[in-house]
Amino acid sequence: MSDLPQGEMELFCPPLRADEARKWFREKRSRKQTDKRMTVKEAVEKFVHDGDYVGIGAFGHIRVPMAIIFEVVRQKRRNLRVAGHTACHDLDFLMAGGCVSHVDVAYSFGHELRPVRTKVGDRLVKAGKLKTTEWSNSAFSWRYKAAALGLSFFPTRVMLGTDTFKYSGAKTIRCPFTGDIYCALPALHPDITFIHVPRADKFGNCQIDGITIADKDLARAAKRLIISTEKIVDNEEIRAQPHLTMIPYFCVDAVVEQPYGSHPCEMPYLYWFDEELIAEYIKATHDEKATQAYIDKYVYGTKDFNEYIQLVGGEEKMKYLKRIEDFQEKPPYPW
Amino acid sequence: MKFTLTEQMICTAANLLEDDKTCLVGSGMPLAAGSLAKKTHAPNLIMVFEAGGFDPVFTRLPLSVGESITFYKATYAGGMDDIMGDAARGMIDYGFLGGAQIDPYGNLNSTVIGDYFHPKARFPGSGGANDLGSLCWQTIAIMRHEKHRFVEKIDFLTTPGYLDGPGARERAGLPADSGPHRVVTTLGLMGYDDETKRMELLGVYESVTKDDVINATGFELIIKKEPKILPPPTDEQLRIFREEIDVVGVISGKSKGKD
Repeated sequence: MSDLPQGEMELFCPPLRADEARKWFREKRSRKQTDKRMTVKEAVEKFVHDGDYVGIGAFGHIRVPMAIIFEVVRQKRRNLRVAGHTACHDLDFLMAGGCVSHVDVAYSFGHELRPVRTKVGDRLVKAGKLKTTEWSNSAFSWRYKAAALGLSFFPTRVMLGTDTFKYSGAKTIRCPFTGDIYCALPALHPDITFIHVPRADKFGNCQIDGITIADKDLARAAKRLIISTEKIVDNEEIRAQPHLTMIPYFCVDAVVEQPYGSHPCEMPYLYWFDEELIAEYIKATHDEKATQAYIDKYVYGTKDFNEYIQLVGGEEKMKYLKRIEDFQEKPPYPW
Repeated sequence: MKFTLTEQMICTAANLLEDDKTCLVGSGMPLAAGSLAKKTHAPNLIMVFEAGGFDPVFTRLPLSVGESITFYKATYAGGMDDIMGDAARGMIDYGFLGGAQIDPYGNLNSTVIGDYFHPKARFPGSGGANDLGSLCWQTIAIMRHEKHRFVEKIDFLTTPGYLDGPGARERAGLPADSGPHRVVTTLGLMGYDDETKRMELLGVYESVTKDDVINATGFELIIKKEPKILPPPTDEQLRIFREEIDVVGVISGKSKGKD
């Protein structure tokens, strides 16, 4: 093995040994179907701790658990280490809230096609206040896959030969059968994971409409998992279409019913991005005081996410975003 | 019809895409190029998105490669593991890339300018770029052609091109016979020399000279013959791009009052 290149960076969340992981899932994951409904306040109080490694579901500005992110900021969790698996508004907001010390970067600090960038990550990186390592998007998918399959690593053909590899904690290995070289990625079991879904029952069985990104594996990899859901449905409704259940109840620790819980990000089939508010946020991040003022107004200035939704336009705004999602109205591009 | 440089680049990229192939696209210009190809000479081009969307019906340009319109009336809406698995298995023909810097071997930097620990500029990182550059059969980069972007040595090798030359990808463990194919730039079209795997000038836009390209490139380009003049966008391409693809002007900058 010594002749092969190895990633040089510290692992912010080293893989569990396979038997350690099995022990965790045997002891900490109840098979009992219990009512896991609670408020987002209770869920964050109970399950999110300073210094935790955080996995965040979905992708970019899509189906992002923003209500949970807001609550983490509100409760001032500190020194979180975050998986930057195309983490945009969610990670940015956590950084703006002063919650983050480490980021495993695949895609972070950017906002996809929006022709402007936020400055929060930039400020932290340049001030040396944020520790980073590098990965690729698929690397996170495979790291979660390994954990979901009860393995401690996963062989892949990405990252090889690059600085992305050098500045990661990945390694190279040879296939014991063919001798071919693979990039070995460490399994990733986040201490705490947040995923937002369109519907779940009170036990935590979750159905997702549309792409799943890495959420099936992430949910199974997670040591603790908070689900926020647009609505809680009866167990019978889940059972009527079991093929749509992407996350089974026994992966889940808390179920939070939170309509519009992804706002200002998109929820497929339900509401489009609130681009006006995203533009307001991006603009605010260009100045440290304005960033704080944004957080003060929308997080500390509201008692919970429902009040925040009222503040940004309430039902009327959400109906407008639904019309854009349904192609009944043209989207704005206000940046 | 008059056209902008952005439209010229999108049409040049679209012309590279063949029918009945699979193409992993990012948002922005790559998607515009793929959509244009699909609406003209390559109706059966399959567009695939890294977040899980596979062959959607085009509605409007997405702001994100995970937005619901990337799986609107799609063949399937899966996960990133499905799409990246398709690419690893050799099912994805083209991948689109971009970056802040590119070197003669098509290696790309989208991570930092300057030292990693004390960067002058911090960019988003690989995202799916390293995956596309590793796993797709052929990659097409879209770049602004400027001397500080086309450099002999990039500050950070985010996404693999031909690494340091012939055979290097295979030695590193990357898939054989894959790698950079074309670079569509603000000045013209580059390819790669088979023997050395270094970037080669293939063509320029109508108003651009060979010297313009040489002067805007920070390394020695291979120039085997006079570059051909690339065709300007056709009226049909322009009409489709403006009326059916970039309707609100996200790409052309119309929405920002540019161009």
